[in-house]
Amino acid sequence: MEKPVPRPNADSAPFWEGCAAHEFRFQRCNSCGKAQFYPRAICANCRGDDLDWEVSVGKGAVHSVTTVSRGPSVAFKEDGPYQVALVDMDEGFRFMANVRGGEAEIGTRVRVIYEKRGDQTIPQVEIGG
Amino acid sequence: MKKAAITGAYSTKVGDLEGATCMSLHTEAGLGALADAGLEVGDVDGLLCAYSFTEPHLMLASVFAEYIGMQPSHASAVSMGGVTACMLVMQAAALVEAGYCRHVLVVTGDNRLSGMRGNAVQALSEVGNQQYEQPYGMTIPAAYALVAQRYMSEFGVTSEQLAAIAVTMREHAALNPKAHMRTPITVDDVMNSRFIATPLHLLDCCLISDGGAAVVVSAADTAGDLKAPRIDVLGSGQGHTHEYIVAAPSLTDYGCKRSAADALGRAGLKPSDIDVVEIYDSFTITLLAELESMGFFERGEAGAAAAAGELKIGGKLPCNTHGGLLSYGHSGAAGGMYHVVEAVEQLRGAAKGRQVDGAELALVHGDGGILSAHCSIVLGRA
Ligand SMILES: [Zn+2]
Repeated sequence: MEKPVPRPNADSAPFWEGCAAHEFRFQRCNSCGKAQFYPRAICANCRGDDLDWEVSVGKGAVHSVTTVSRGPSVAFKEDGPYQVALVDMDEGFRFMANVRGGEAEIGTRVRVIYEKRGDQTIPQVEIGG
Repeated sequence: MKKAAITGAYSTKVGDLEGATCMSLHTEAGLGALADAGLEVGDVDGLLCAYSFTEPHLMLASVFAEYIGMQPSHASAVSMGGVTACMLVMQAAALVEAGYCRHVLVVTGDNRLSGMRGNAVQALSEVGNQQYEQPYGMTIPAAYALVAQRYMSEFGVTSEQLAAIAVTMREHAALNPKAHMRTPITVDDVMNSRFIATPLHLLDCCLISDGGAAVVVSAADTAGDLKAPRIDVLGSGQGHTHEYIVAAPSLTDYGCKRSAADALGRAGLKPSDIDVVEIYDSFTITLLAELESMGFFERGEAGAAAAAGELKIGGKLPCNTHGGLLSYGHSGAAGGMYHVVEAVEQLRGAAKGRQVDGAELALVHGDGGILSAHCSIVLGRA
């Protein structure tokens, strides 16, 4: 069984197209100014529908992280223990990624990298930045 | 407004029940609760069910009603993960209070152990967000581990304190002949069990069990000829903040703060009035964080309280007196219903071998998702 490949929809297509171009796109609300991730048709903070896509510098800090010994499927078990982190990006939104290039802890600075997954490109983070 | 009361409660055996099916567990639990209330199938006008992994269906209440030959005037099925049982009890009480129903049968059950044989963890991981969580190998334990790491770093909770919670649950289960896991464990056993997702060890995680449980929620004025004391639903409340952990507004503050405040407020009570609590313990961190978020302990104090034995029967706040999801059993939506049934038994004074002396008021709490959806219910002996 392969690792899950994200299936883009109308809300997320610009984000995943960005990943394919190694560009981390997120939404910013023109009504309230809040950065939003994951992408939606409206701003979850103020319900405004005037959202712009911005490109993240790709740097952030780990909000929380765990090392997973028992993955959800054989495809992950083959990796051995892997880290799953919630990353607070400098632009003010949060996303989930695996940590590459070492072990992160809370507060560790990380930068976004990209990995091929099936016919998609998914963002990950590596230590540093 | 009419008053709602729990008039019947029943739980099946839990554990590895080879040969059980989702519907057989529903049937035993449902008919058991009716018999406990002294009611017949024909007395029931409302039927509420949850969901099943082994017999998934869009309309589980209709499936079950048909299976046992019941034709209720009101039926629905709710699918909200671990909070479902409490939510169904709240909904049943609301139906009774509003005058739509006189006797609502609330049934949960699933053969999640024998019917899935090792696939339950993988199936549960699919509740993660398909685009933003599943590609990273997020599991339910991993999501709670993210909560645990953050909670521990902010409030100084230790792994030993989390382990003390698991040990307490096992001590309670050892007093309960029905519990799935009764072999005593120590803090060292928990600490030395293998990591599932740091900082959570195997013994920080709940069980996977077959089983079922049901209650009858009735209008209090119809509850005249009961064999056991009527247990009044004094107040209930919910709180919802997110679904996916990636979008949770906080890893340390949850909807249980509101659900408990609303439930206690509607009952006209405060946390210190409660004699016994039955709180969702999918992981040790779940119970610790909820105890603090709901106001039973100050931030950073529930772990020390657990280590000092305050959550034990006979302690300051007896908690999960049946053994909880960690040691009594976890059977999908029925996992949360075991907490309800145990509260009823405690308030009836019928919890043989594990009775909390003088228990008159209980708070039951369930949560679904990753601390996403919460429901609290305050019960009292009539
Ligand atoms: Zn906005």
